[in-house]
Amino acid sequence: METQNNQLNYIEDTQGRWGIFAWIFSTDHKRIGILYLISITTFFLLAALMGGLMRLELIAPGETIMDAQTYNGLFTVHGIIMIFLVVIPGLGAVFGNFFLPIMIGARDVAFPRLNLFSWWIYMAGAILAVYSQFAGDGPPDTGWTFYAPYSTESGTNVVAAVFAAFVLGFSSILTGLNFIVTIHRMRAPGMTWFKMPLFPWSLYATAWIQVLATPIVGITLMMIVAERLFQIGFFDPALGGDPILYQHLFWIYSHPAVYIMILPAMGVITEIIPTFAKKSIFGYKAIALSSVAIAAVGYFVWGHHMYTSGMSGTARWFFSFLTFIVAIPSAIKVFNWVATMYKGSIDARTPFLYAATFIFLFMIGGLTGLVLGSLATDVHVHDTSFVVAHFHYIIFGGMGFAFFAAIHYWWPKMFGKMYNERVANIAWLITFVGFNVLYFPLFVIGIQGMPRRYFDYLPEFHAGHLISTIGAFILLSGLFLMIINIYRAKKHVTPAGDNPWGGVTLEWQVPSPPPTLNFDEIPTITKSPYSFEK
Amino acid sequence: MENHEHEPHENHITSYTTLAKVLIGLLFLTFITVAVTGIHLGPLTVAVALIIACVKGGIVLTWFMHLKFELPVFRYMVLGVFLLFALIIIVTFFDYAFR
Ligand SMILES: [Cu+2]
Repeated sequence: METQNNQLNYIEDTQGRWGIFAWIFSTDHKRIGILYLISITTFFLLAALMGGLMRLELIAPGETIMDAQTYNGLFTVHGIIMIFLVVIPGLGAVFGNFFLPIMIGARDVAFPRLNLFSWWIYMAGAILAVYSQFAGDGPPDTGWTFYAPYSTESGTNVVAAVFAAFVLGFSSILTGLNFIVTIHRMRAPGMTWFKMPLFPWSLYATAWIQVLATPIVGITLMMIVAERLFQIGFFDPALGGDPILYQHLFWIYSHPAVYIMILPAMGVITEIIPTFAKKSIFGYKAIALSSVAIAAVGYFVWGHHMYTSGMSGTARWFFSFLTFIVAIPSAIKVFNWVATMYKGSIDARTPFLYAATFIFLFMIGGLTGLVLGSLATDVHVHDTSFVVAHFHYIIFGGMGFAFFAAIHYWWPKMFGKMYNERVANIAWLITFVGFNVLYFPLFVIGIQGMPRRYFDYLPEFHAGHLISTIGAFILLSGLFLMIINIYRAKKHVTPAGDNPWGGVTLEWQVPSPPPTLNFDEIPTITKSPYSFEK
Repeated sequence: MENHEHEPHENHITSYTTLAKVLIGLLFLTFITVAVTGIHLGPLTVAVALIIACVKGGIVLTWFMHLKFELPVFRYMVLGVFLLFALIIIVTFFDYAFR
């Protein structure tokens, strides 16, 4: 082992590989995190542009820039890329890979080669997903949910898209498995479960969902393929099948998948708030265990997507009741974040601004989620743009803004350079304003009856759609400013320093960028992860 | 963490006799699964098939996959997964049974 302070950092240390091969064949968890960062950002921008095109189509009633079939393809592709390629791997694959081992005092994840393999599978799935959009009989037009019986009959390229999602599932399962073993086996001496930081805790809860729920969607998607190719009769009533069975199977995975997206986001926020409030986290155990509670209860609420599908009344009230129960641990976290900030000496720098925005947007998304989770109100707003607004508040306002918070928080650690904070704050303001101008009107016109997934609308919805489209372009310009500003950080000459924010978790005690093996010597943990008292 | 104190018995070897008995047990259960389809059990058909499948899965995990010789924590994990799976199926039948 290389020794002491003159260790190469992970960016300088190419381990004898040349150029790009030093990245795509590296088993270093930090380099794999960067690989995911680049791939996920690319797909995010691609799908965000598709979203922009959809908003442009909706700027005025009637056909403006595309026909209905193109629009159907576009929202399907936007959904598939955003869900399966961006938000599900998202925070875990990028920041989990990079920081989980460092935060628990390990040199790498438990299975570094499996980790690299997961990225390769991810890329294979990604290529398939993109291929399905351009090859064959036109992009799939089923929506990302692939509902039967339409998905078993649509003449478009459904099989390739479904197979892509199937392949991507393996990447997700393997990453989850890797994290579970890493957290069980690789914690530094003295780091008991309740001395572990809360981002790893959230990754642990998430990993269990990835391992246990993903196989269900894998099988379900294969059933679609089998149904299309061999007319088995799983879902087609004419062959004795049941289309609602598809919805059950799909949401048994896809509701917990929402927690695969949001739990790591909550973990990131839980790291950022104590650092900028200069105060130990309030209710450590409650936050740790509420992650586990969300993961557990979250398995039994899937039916809230199916209230209007013709499911039995008993099942409906059961799922509605449990949906309200699962809101409790989420609320516990929000109370604990607020209590952490209370009487703290808050330093409102860029990561904190994004973290606070997360709480604000997540609250709006969460409370409108209860409107959808209660039976009577859901019947009114089901399949309207109210639902679209709700889940964009959760997934984009929640997971997306947590991702932005994370990148601004950890960037100086990952690359050793600080971005321009003033520009970062301006970009934050533009994205925050743009986000709300884009999505809030969708709540309003949704309640008024604007259906989702329509490329055209009645004149009475014009004002709402126009405002929303303007918001989309404010948001996109904010995003570009943010990304350019972060990218330009590499031009800064002065190093960011090992601990620019005054954080106390382990990643702030190693050099920026971290050396290949993370620690000269594995630390022994004696204190709680958030003790600011010296 | 460089600590291997909890390592279970390394490379437990199961005798051929045991393995053969397990195999016969599995084959027997497979015959039962097939035979049961001949009896008309109505909505219980699915339940019976699933229970037999779970028993078979349990046998495979216990002997073939060495769960019997591993740390208790792995047994708890597998038990948890079975429980989750069972609950998911039961909850799904909240729909089918009351439609
Ligand atoms: Cu849900």
